[in-house]
Amino acid sequence: MRWRERAFAALLFVSLAIGIVSLATLLVTMIVRGAPRLDLRLIENFPSSTPSLAGAQSAIFGTIWIISIVALTVVPVGIGAAIYLEEYADRSRWWNRLIELNIQNLAAVPSIVYGILGLAFFARGPLGLGPTVLAAALTLSLLVLPIVTIAGREAIRAVPDSIRQASLALGATKWQTVRRQVLPAAVPGIATGSILALSRAIGEAAPLTMLGALTFVQFNPDGPLSAFTALPIQIFAWISRPQEEFRTLAAAAIVVLLALLLLMNAAAIWIRDRSRQRW
Amino acid sequence: MPTSGAAGVPGRPTGRLGTRRVRWGERFVVALLFVCGALSVATTVGIVVALAIPAIEFFRTVDLFDFLTGTNWSPLFADAHFGVLPLVVATLVTTFWALVVCIPFGLGAAIYLSEYAPDRARRVLKPVLEVLAGIPTVVYGFFALVFVTPLLRDIWFLPGDPPSTFNALAAGLVMGVMILPTVASISEDAMSAVPRGLREGAYALGATRMQVSMRVVVPAALSGIVASFVLGISRAVGETMIVLIAAGNQPNLTLDPTEPMQTMTAFIASAGIGDLPTGSIGYKTIFAVGATLFVMTFFMNLASARLVRRFREAYE
Repeated sequence: MRWRERAFAALLFVSLAIGIVSLATLLVTMIVRGAPRLDLRLIENFPSSTPSLAGAQSAIFGTIWIISIVALTVVPVGIGAAIYLEEYADRSRWWNRLIELNIQNLAAVPSIVYGILGLAFFARGPLGLGPTVLAAALTLSLLVLPIVTIAGREAIRAVPDSIRQASLALGATKWQTVRRQVLPAAVPGIATGSILALSRAIGEAAPLTMLGALTFVQFNPDGPLSAFTALPIQIFAWISRPQEEFRTLAAAAIVVLLALLLLMNAAAIWIRDRSRQRW
Repeated sequence: MPTSGAAGVPGRPTGRLGTRRVRWGERFVVALLFVCGALSVATTVGIVVALAIPAIEFFRTVDLFDFLTGTNWSPLFADAHFGVLPLVVATLVTTFWALVVCIPFGLGAAIYLSEYAPDRARRVLKPVLEVLAGIPTVVYGFFALVFVTPLLRDIWFLPGDPPSTFNALAAGLVMGVMILPTVASISEDAMSAVPRGLREGAYALGATRMQVSMRVVVPAALSGIVASFVLGISRAVGETMIVLIAAGNQPNLTLDPTEPMQTMTAFIASAGIGDLPTGSIGYKTIFAVGATLFVMTFFMNLASARLVRRFREAYE
């Protein structure tokens, strides 16, 4: 092998390594910085202006509330759209092409623009929900809807046609075929996509800042119309404060958030690998 | 797919093929599913309406030309100026530094994964790289502020002052790391779609692995690779939390990345946090900048989607 070949191969490997080294550095930095505050105070206490008493309980509960509502809205709607586009839509009709194009474009719209949408329609404007759990959840639902739909379509497309033909040949209707044969076969792919979409929603801060989310919430949300804070917002608020103690706290909360996200990612990968089906 | 489901009632002759009883339940389901799909169109319409109406009102008070060419941005001060250039330039500067990271290294990682890595290594390395894309941007912002900026200040050897506590350089570089897996993943997909025959032909002629990669695979996958770059640019332009945390938030018309800056997204977010009264000129300014941002990213996404489609069709 000539030296140029070797240098090129080394360069490529370095390119890949840069990403992986950055990831490792980031994780280590957060764990080291957050270690002094990685204790139960983080879960048991509410935000406080005294760093040693401050915790993230209201943010954790806010995140749980928001994600539950996002899951309830986005999973059925996203799968519905995926089924429509894969099983029913006639691609020669302009409205179906319009829907497809829209979903592709929405997947790449900056999240802050969804924040503006949420501000104008959900928090103020027509719905006028104010900065509530529901307004936040609806905003994030629209944000991750394209992810669920695109993943759902791929899962449905991977189900071989012979399954559908067999079901229809036995006299099942189209919807019976979709519901009893296609969907069960596509569940792993759909689940993977949904988990990834939810993990994206958990980490989003930009759209929530637009809604006027509070950062100093000393109570847990008690319903969809309650005021809230969420983990990324709480982290942002702590980062913005000059005191070093709050930055330690931010790092500790980041470790919690990252652990949660890595778990979700691992679950998605596990589901994908376990259910790899050869037809 | 057969065009007719149930062929008719047994024992009774059906007219022509395909005639059947109307199944209302089935129709209802289809209508419901259509509504789910159409929601995306409604979202787009919602975004356009939400942005356009306040933006039009904004441009009744502020001249569009002054907005696009003004060099002074202080919309929330008593002496308000609405020149968007400092925000646009800051966005371009942070985007440029993000691209300096994500284009060469993203492409390098893609070539490695597609042409060099053994199958087992690829199956481990690709998901690990993709974890980068799933890390919340607020975390990247913190990383840029407390790790990358101090590091840059310590090792600064170039002429001029080292970066200030808040600067566009650290934000841009970290943004590049965030976008790297997107570029790598889409480029790798494009390269994997290049048929094996092309590679084998080149190898048969005595080409080395590097020659096959650079002169056969990369040119053949070029539209997909360029699409990944365009998408990367669009991500960098639209990214908010990293620049909001690490780049400073001061409108500052300069190309010097060591200085603090405020990008379009950072302005929108910080104005949003400020809880402006509905209907005020400051409130409308959010939508004017948001509309500018949306138009910019919309056309880039469109271009990227076009290019991806072209490479998909090439080898099917």
